[in-house]
Amino acid sequence: MAIDVVRGPRKVGRYVLLVVLAVVVLGPIYAVLMQALKTGTDAINHPESLLPINLTLSTIKKAWRIGDFGQLLVNSIVMSVAVTIGVVVTSLLAAFAFAFLEFPGKKFFFALFLATMLVPAEVTVVVNQRTIDILGWKNSYQGLIIPLLATGLGTFLVRQVFLTIPKELREAASLDGVGHLRFLWDVAAPLSRPTLGALGLLTFLGTWNQYLWPQAIIDDREHRTVQIGLKSLTSADLNNLNLVTAGTVIAALPIFIMLVLFQRQLVRGLTAGAVKG
Amino acid sequence: MSRRSRRDLPVAAAMLAPSLFLMIVFVFYPLGRTIWFGHMRCDAQGRRCRDVGWDQYIRVFRSREFQNALGNTFRLALLTVPLGLALGIGLAVLADKHLRGIGVFRTIFSSTVATSVAVASLVWFVLLQPQVGVLPDMLSKWFPVLKQPGLLNDPNTALPAVALSSIWAGLGFTFIVMTAALQSIPRELYESAYVDGAGSWRRFTNVTLPMLSPTILFVTVVMTTRAFQAYAEIDLLTQGGPNPQRPTETIPYLIYGQSSFIRNDIGLKSASAVLLFLILLVLAFAQFRALEKRVHYGN
Repeated sequence: MAIDVVRGPRKVGRYVLLVVLAVVVLGPIYAVLMQALKTGTDAINHPESLLPINLTLSTIKKAWRIGDFGQLLVNSIVMSVAVTIGVVVTSLLAAFAFAFLEFPGKKFFFALFLATMLVPAEVTVVVNQRTIDILGWKNSYQGLIIPLLATGLGTFLVRQVFLTIPKELREAASLDGVGHLRFLWDVAAPLSRPTLGALGLLTFLGTWNQYLWPQAIIDDREHRTVQIGLKSLTSADLNNLNLVTAGTVIAALPIFIMLVLFQRQLVRGLTAGAVKG
Repeated sequence: MSRRSRRDLPVAAAMLAPSLFLMIVFVFYPLGRTIWFGHMRCDAQGRRCRDVGWDQYIRVFRSREFQNALGNTFRLALLTVPLGLALGIGLAVLADKHLRGIGVFRTIFSSTVATSVAVASLVWFVLLQPQVGVLPDMLSKWFPVLKQPGLLNDPNTALPAVALSSIWAGLGFTFIVMTAALQSIPRELYESAYVDGAGSWRRFTNVTLPMLSPTILFVTVVMTTRAFQAYAEIDLLTQGGPNPQRPTETIPYLIYGQSSFIRNDIGLKSASAVLLFLILLVLAFAQFRALEKRVHYGN
């Protein structure tokens, strides 16, 4: 279309602007990556030398060992995978009840589910920390996982898709003797796969990035997650500052790879609340 | 009760039970309990409490510490929201053209969505490190504060430095949402503006901005809410300092920070948390209004 096409000097100008902005956005990542790929002395003596020369993996290896990243990554993966599966399951079940079943108090309970979205973790952690203490779940996987399993948002998103499934389909299935769980598993869930994908990815990212909650209930080395493990690196002295950069790179890498693989689900998930369609 | 609803009830109860149970234990009970603790003074575990009256909420709200945190949080929102929004819109409009290789630029502009708050904070922690950081090394000739005492160590620049990290970390999200919103604007609107002789700036102000306004409103509320929940970036970059002014102590950091002066009193923490809840509640309602508006525009 004529008005979309940019030509001549304006085209060059636009490319220049795009490249400058790309450098500004990517610059911080690039600088940190270069420092992480250099030895301690190189990074300290020439912080300005951002050229990709004399690269080595030795700093990354050292940070991996000192920061105990093997354990941190395992803990973050266990927590994030468990919460993702749990949220998808609880959301599917609750959404099914709200979309396909009749029961007294349905509107009230649905409002209750939505109301949980109004109560952020920053408000409840004061008391939840104490609850975990009383349950004896400090420094445990169940403490990290179970409180995050029920979300109003997940139930809401899945219910929205379920409502678009024709009632006739459900009725036909039940005339054929198909039970609720069977219908949920064989028909409703597959039909809502795109939404489940977006919900799963957003839940995984949200859990992976949790900071306040793990910090509130974990204080041993065995259960720390990547995000709170990073903090212990910040106390490193100046000579070891490149360990911080290397740790940051290790922590960022899995999510970068994941987002490259799941770009479509991410865009769908992020825009679900913002843009129609 | 109808026959249908009598038949469905056991199944519905079983399906709702897991979520409902968790919500009661980890959302509604703590909310109620926090409100209750708000009129007590206690120790960290919530034992040995004594009743000090419900006006503790007012005393906490008026306290120097809470007012400082409230002001800082507002300042953080004022620094991050307009700038982050303008950058996000600017990048999205710039990349919304048919140019060779535009996909690469879109991926680059989206890229910071992959960084957690903690990762983004550490990136800037390293870049801004006064002795060996890259930015002080390159720019301290023009901005001596970068080296002496360092952006994060100067009470005047600490909060803007935190905001810089937040804006950068949030850019990917804003860009993705704005790009999707731009693509949903009907092309005919641009064509008729073009036929009417509107230049590209006029098309931006008269077509793009009005059509984006519901999304702008939505992103504004999301970003403001994020500023009011800022915790990890404070914990990693400044711990609320530099002392004694504590210009980066946000409300969440006042409640949960390890260097916070109320960390050993669940009563004062609860009162502060409930006040934060009220603020976030107002923001959430603003968000619902923004979403409602979006539907009106959409249709």
